Amino acid sequence: MQTESNRMNWTGKMINLFFCILSLALLVPLVLVISISLTDEKSLLTHGYHLIPLQFSTKAYDIILDAPKALFRAYGVTIFVTLVGTFFGLLFTSLTAYTISRRDYRYRKMMTLYVFFTSLFSGGLVPFYILISQYLHLKDTIWALIVPYLLSPFFILIMKGFMDKLPFEIIESTKIDGANEWRIFFTMVIPLSVPALVTIGLFISFQYWNDWWLGLLFINNQKLIPLQLLLYRIMSTIEFLSNNISTVNVQFNLADFPSLSARMAMAVLAAGPMMVIFPMFQRFFISGLTVGAIKG
Amino acid sequence: MLQREWKHFKRNRELFVMSLPAILYKLIFNYLPLIGLVLAFKQYRFDLGIWGSKWIGLKNFEFFFKSDKAFTVTRNTILYNLTFIILTLVLALTLAILLNEISRRWIKVHQTILFLPYFLSWVVVGYVVFGFMDHKNGFMNVMLQAFGEQPIRWYEQAQFWPFIIVLTQLWKGVGFSTLIYYAGILSIDSSYYEAAKIDGASKWQMIRKITIPLLTPLIVILLIVAIGGIFRADFGLFYFIPNDTSFLYNATDVIDTYVYRSLRIVGDFGMSTAIGLYQSVVGFILVLLSNWVVKKINEDNSLW
Repeated sequence: MQTESNRMNWTGKMINLFFCILSLALLVPLVLVISISLTDEKSLLTHGYHLIPLQFSTKAYDIILDAPKALFRAYGVTIFVTLVGTFFGLLFTSLTAYTISRRDYRYRKMMTLYVFFTSLFSGGLVPFYILISQYLHLKDTIWALIVPYLLSPFFILIMKGFMDKLPFEIIESTKIDGANEWRIFFTMVIPLSVPALVTIGLFISFQYWNDWWLGLLFINNQKLIPLQLLLYRIMSTIEFLSNNISTVNVQFNLADFPSLSARMAMAVLAAGPMMVIFPMFQRFFISGLTVGAIKG
Repeated sequence: MLQREWKHFKRNRELFVMSLPAILYKLIFNYLPLIGLVLAFKQYRFDLGIWGSKWIGLKNFEFFFKSDKAFTVTRNTILYNLTFIILTLVLALTLAILLNEISRRWIKVHQTILFLPYFLSWVVVGYVVFGFMDHKNGFMNVMLQAFGEQPIRWYEQAQFWPFIIVLTQLWKGVGFSTLIYYAGILSIDSSYYEAAKIDGASKWQMIRKITIPLLTPLIVILLIVAIGGIFRADFGLFYFIPNDTSFLYNATDVIDTYVYRSLRIVGDFGMSTAIGLYQSVVGFILVLLSNWVVKKINEDNSLW
C-alpha cells in the first residue's frame, strides 16, 4: 500500500511539473509583449526584442497616456458597448435557455429547432451586412456594435445545460403555490443559476470587449471606433498616434517617438483590464461550463 | 382542433412571452438574412436593391469556381480546420484528463494560465505574433542570430505560416476546450471510479473504460458542430496573424478572408453571397451526414 501511494504521488508530481512547464510556455508570448512595451526604444532598435527588458523605460506609456484623446474615446465606446451588450445579452440568453430547459413547455422542441437552425445554416456575411446597413440603418451607430451579438446559440447551449440540472420539483411546487412564471424565473431560477450567469456573462463581455469585426464592417465615424479596432489601425499606421499627439501640443519629434514599444504598450492597455477582471470570476467557471445536448 | 390548441397555448402563454425576445431577434437577425441569399443569383446594384437587381442565374458561382482562387482558399480552409479539430480534440482531452489528476490547489493556477490566451482578441494576438516574427527586431530573429544563424524574413516566406497559424490557434484555443472537457469529467458520478477502484482497476483502465466512454456524448456534440463549420474559417486568425500580407495569401488565405476582400475592396456582393451560400450548404450537409453516421453507430450520441 505504501509503495502504491508513493508511486501515485510520483505521477502526480510529474503531471504537476508538466503543467508548470506548459503554463510557462503559454505565458512567454505575453511576457514578451509586456517586456517590449517596457523597454527603451533605442535598446529595441539595436538589440531587438528580449524577454526581459535590457533597458527599462516607461516612456511608451507616458507618451500614450499623455495625449490620449483617441484612446480614451475608444475606451469609452468599448466600455459602453460591453456593459449594455452584456446586460441585454445575458437577459435574452437566460430567458431563452430557461424556456427550452423546461420539460413541460409545449413549444420547447419547436423553439430549440428555431434557435439552433440558423447556426447550422445561415445567410452569411453579405445579407447580414446589407440588413444592418441598408435596411436597419445601423451603420455608424453604436447599436451596430451591440445588437448583432445579443443572442448566441452556443451560449444558450451552455446555459441550458446548466439549467437542465436545476431541480424541476422546486419550480413545480412554487408554481402550485401560485407564483407566475416571471416570478419563478426571477426569484428562483436566476439566483440558482449564478455560476452559469457569471460564466456566460463573462464570455459575452469578453466578446464585446475584444470585438473588432463589427467595427471593421460598420464603423467609419472616428468617434465610434472601439478599442480593438483602434489597436488594429495603429498596427497598420503609427501616424495615427503621432497626429493625435501633435494636436495636444506636446513637443513632438517623430524620430524620437518610441513606435515599437508604444505599439506593444497599446496592446497591453487594450487587453489589460479584462486580464485583471477574468481571474476574479474564475471560480465559477467549471460549474458554469456544462455543455448540454441539444435534444436534452 | 384549433380551440384545443388555443387552450394549450393559454397554459404556455407566459413561457411563450419569455421566449418572445429570442423569437423576434432571431427572426430579424438570422431568418431575414436568409432571404438575402437570392443575391447569389443576382447582379446586385445598390440603387436597384435586392429585388430590383437583375437575375443572372449561376454566373456568380461560375465566376468564383472558375477562378484559380477557389481551389486555394477551399483547400486552405478545410486543411486548417481539419488540423485544428484533430489537434484540439487530442490535446484538450489529454490535458483535461491530466488536469483531473493533480491537486485542487494547483488546478486553479494552471486553469487560469491555460485559459488566459483565450481572452485576448485576435488583434492583440496579432501584436504578440509580430513580437516574435518581426524581421528586424523580432524575438525569433534575435534568437536565430544569437545561435549564429541568418535571420529570416518571416512575413515574406509562405512555407512557415501553416505552422505559425496552427500554433497560434492552439495557444489561444486549447485552454477553452480543455476546460469544457474538464467540466465534463467533473460531472461524472464519482461512484463509478470508487467501484472500479474496489475492483482493482488501474488509472489507465479507469480512463479508458470510464472517463472516455462517458465523455463520448460531449466529444461527439463538439465534433459534429466543428464539422459543420469546416467551411468557415476564423476571420480574425487568418486576417490579423499574417497581417493581411499578400505574399502569404497562398498559404493563409481562407474562404472568409477572400469573401471579406471581395466585398470590401472589390465590392462584389453577388459573388460574395454565392460563396457564403456555398459555405452554408456544404456545412449543413456535413452536419446532417455526420449526425446520421453517429446515429447509425449509437443512437444516444447523436445531436438530434
